[in-house]
Amino acid sequence: MFDDGTPIYRQIADQIKAEIMNGSLEPGGKVMSTNQYAAFYQINPATAQKAFRELVDEGVLYKQRGVGMFVADDARERLAADFRERFFETVLAPLVREARQAGIPLTDIIDYLRTQEGALQ
Amino acid sequence: MSFAVNLRDVTLRYGESEALADVNLTLEAGKIYGLLGRNGAGKTSLLSLLAAFRRPTSGEVLVGGEPVWENAPIVSRVALVREGGDFDDSDSVKSAISTGELRPSFDAAYALKLADKFELPLKKKVRELSRGKRSVLAAITGLAARAELTMFDEVHLGMDAPTRDAFYKELLAEYMDRPHTVVMSTHLIDEVANYLEEVVIVDRGRVLVHDEVEAFQGRGATLTGPADKVDAVAAGLEVLAEQRLGGTKSATVAALDGEVRARAADAGLEIGPVGLQDLFIHLTDPERTGA
Repeated sequence: MFDDGTPIYRQIADQIKAEIMNGSLEPGGKVMSTNQYAAFYQINPATAQKAFRELVDEGVLYKQRGVGMFVADDARERLAADFRERFFETVLAPLVREARQAGIPLTDIIDYLRTQEGALQ
Repeated sequence: MSFAVNLRDVTLRYGESEALADVNLTLEAGKIYGLLGRNGAGKTSLLSLLAAFRRPTSGEVLVGGEPVWENAPIVSRVALVREGGDFDDSDSVKSAISTGELRPSFDAAYALKLADKFELPLKKKVRELSRGKRSVLAAITGLAARAELTMFDEVHLGMDAPTRDAFYKELLAEYMDRPHTVVMSTHLIDEVANYLEEVVIVDRGRVLVHDEVEAFQGRGATLTGPADKVDAVAAGLEVLAEQRLGGTKSATVAALDGEVRARAADAGLEIGPVGLQDLFIHLTDPERTGA
């Protein structure tokens, strides 16, 4: 599963985030341990730990000493904001750049999005 | 407890030839290291010093904070396994395994469990084993040594792919079960990359790279897109390799900082990763100067 070039720890962090968003990991639920992740994916435990550290720093997971890692109660809300930000960064920013390169006026794009929205309703 | 390693200004000469020259290297305790290098680069020499198989011509070799040479209490807790092991060919497999008992931490029950798992014929003579089974025997003695510093010198090269896979799994399980320092020297770089925390590359008797695997891999990048745009972004950078197909070009660069990365993205170039093995090949290319 690790082949698209993104660092592995980030792929693990993203996967845990996706599991929280789609509901397979519930708020307050326990996450597998570093060693379980390492054994499952056959990776160095330090790599799994790095993913967890990032998620704890972001407030998505919290650590209970001696017990394990758990999903923060407000993890989903945090992630929703995060996804929105990322949507603008990774989808809309390149769109604007490419449109500019192709000489497509922004108003054309807005018109297009409006008709799409109309079609959805 | 696991052993840290310090080499200070270490030089090792065999007669006229210099196997290692002014090596300074610190390995923190409790990590899995990959030791990479071309044939004759000095990997085995380096490991032999750590296991006190050899004495440095000059400089200091510390294991667990102490000079390792003629230091029995330390050496008995260091294991270096070489491909094919260092067995008496006329021994039975079972008695070859039991030579591990020279170490205080040797786990005989674990050794036998592994022998069973890897289908090692205990009653056969060592000389009757295939190359693959001999490698397995060597690997087992390394794992069951339960040492504080365990080094595998290309020990898995004789194994077939499924056996290597099982060996890596076992190594990882043993590592997580009991923190210790592991050094794996190998040519099968991409195969072990995910197991490693740090990588050390030796080249012509010197340490060329010592870095975390991810940081090391993140240094380089492959830029792909229209040839003129790739050339514009890659201008002034160290280009390790280039490939061209029609108007499309891809250039592998040794280092890509944030500023160049942003320029590449603005130019609409595709930015891909460079595998550990590719980076290794480029960095140890004899035609590459200033390495």
